[in-house]
Amino acid sequence: MPITAVDSVMVEAEAAAFAKRSVKGEAATQGMRMALSMLDLTTLEGKDSPQKVRALCRKAVQPCGAMPDLPHVAAVCVYPAFVALAKRELDGTGVRVASVATAFPSGQYPLSVRLADVRAVVDAGADEVDMVINRGAFLAGDRETVSDEIRRVKETCAGAHLKVILETGELETYENIRRASDLAIEAGADFIKTSTGKIKPAATMPVVLVMLHAIRDHYLRTGCMIGMKPAGGISTAGAALSYLVMVKETLGDAWLTPDCFRFGASSLANDLLRQLARQATGSDTAKYDFSEA
Amino acid sequence: MMAERLAVPKTFKLYIGGKFPRTKSGRTIRVAHRDERIIAHVGRASRDDLAAAVAAARGAQGAWANATAYLRGQIMYRMAEMLDGKHEEFTSLLASTVPGGIRRARKEVGAAVDRLVCFAGWTDKFSHVLAGCNPVAGPYDNVTVPEAVGVTAVIAPDEEPLLALVSLIAPPLCVGNTIVALGSGAHPLATCVFGEVCATSDVPPGVVNLLTGMRSELIPHIAHHRDIDAIHAANLPKSQRQVLRAGAAENIKRVTVHKLAADAWYDDNACHNPWLIEPFVEMKTTWRPVGA
Repeated sequence: MPITAVDSVMVEAEAAAFAKRSVKGEAATQGMRMALSMLDLTTLEGKDSPQKVRALCRKAVQPCGAMPDLPHVAAVCVYPAFVALAKRELDGTGVRVASVATAFPSGQYPLSVRLADVRAVVDAGADEVDMVINRGAFLAGDRETVSDEIRRVKETCAGAHLKVILETGELETYENIRRASDLAIEAGADFIKTSTGKIKPAATMPVVLVMLHAIRDHYLRTGCMIGMKPAGGISTAGAALSYLVMVKETLGDAWLTPDCFRFGASSLANDLLRQLARQATGSDTAKYDFSEA
Repeated sequence: MMAERLAVPKTFKLYIGGKFPRTKSGRTIRVAHRDERIIAHVGRASRDDLAAAVAAARGAQGAWANATAYLRGQIMYRMAEMLDGKHEEFTSLLASTVPGGIRRARKEVGAAVDRLVCFAGWTDKFSHVLAGCNPVAGPYDNVTVPEAVGVTAVIAPDEEPLLALVSLIAPPLCVGNTIVALGSGAHPLATCVFGEVCATSDVPPGVVNLLTGMRSELIPHIAHHRDIDAIHAANLPKSQRQVLRAGAAENIKRVTVHKLAADAWYDDNACHNPWLIEPFVEMKTTWRPVGA
């Protein structure tokens, strides 16, 4: 596989320019509705309970009772233990169930355990599997192992969509991020995803731009569309709009669907709802106007 | 011979979340000296700046209300100290735009310092005045204690721009409310420099936020902002009072609008009164079983 150099100065300047676009009025409303429909509404905490997952599922189907015409989100993203529950709650709603697997977030378990993890969530009915790559092996230069493991996970996924988490916050350089993206795409990822959300920095615009370039080059080479999921650290509607502008101008309108682009976030939903309500009613909202889940 | 130094005029900005940001819209208002020279530009806050200030105030409110009364008192006393330390600066800024000259301005600054000291003292005393031990017909202790309502918006009048601003901020602040204050539109300089007082007095970021701008533009947004819990204002025309009350009904804000002549702000008996605090507390009553 050719190694693509990354011009970090250029990438950062380009990403910064996307963040300066002014999206207002009707365009902003459309963009925020689109961002909502691309959301993987996420809860990945040790203290998650069936009640919290149920509340999250209700919110996924109808994000805000006061604005019933809003689209549902793309998916809920939960730990393996809650897949069956989420699947039951979301049956027939069009909202997909994503689960993290492969010993998320560290991935530092034997491969057999990680594969068993994947098998369990697929058996429980997960539509999408979010795996973590072996960063230790990647940084040690052992790309074969990383690639091999992704292939094995992909086989185990059967029909479920595979999102490959690179954990860019641990990959040190843009070049590494580009290489990891290329490697994940070659190994069979349906989506590449920035982060677990457990490591800072999580998604940043330059990092996502580097990954979008990998997706673009793969598409130009093969005609095959890989999806992108920035996750972690995107908490405002304004930031979400900047990402959408960047995707549109880097990959084109074809990627602006929940099939090709997702936001992994927990607090972004409420900011989107806040801004949409503000545009609809003219009143600024209070925190208690929206449910926390 | 030393060359004469160039003056270093201040760039006045807003004070939000402990920082001094420019307005999001980039708009400013020109401030004219009494002799009609333009002496400064100050920020003209928009709805977005107000929203940022309210978000900062909301973020800071829990910790400010949970701080000990002693600490809130210390910090407010420190504000008084810092304000007193800037006595000359405030006096000359006020005198440059407010009719009445240096002598009037000096009196206003002194009264503002005294007002802060007074309410710094009330921080650990108001609950003894406003709380109650209620006689109930049953085997219970029944106690009512006052707690802060939350985020309070202050709308200062043009008369006595510093003293009125401080007088409207201090009562809600001392009980644990956080403040989003819109200073006088006609005489905004004191509001801008008061931010420096807050920033150097250990006031936690977000506890006091100061905006300058047009009252007519911002009052509807203040009225309709659902994350503001109370409003403290003075000397508003009837039309603006109506806008406030209509918007406030939406989330049941507590609206207190005083009507005070310029010299009434100096009346310590009227202005150092704990009943000025009462509109900004929520009464919490607890029942505790006693005996068998």
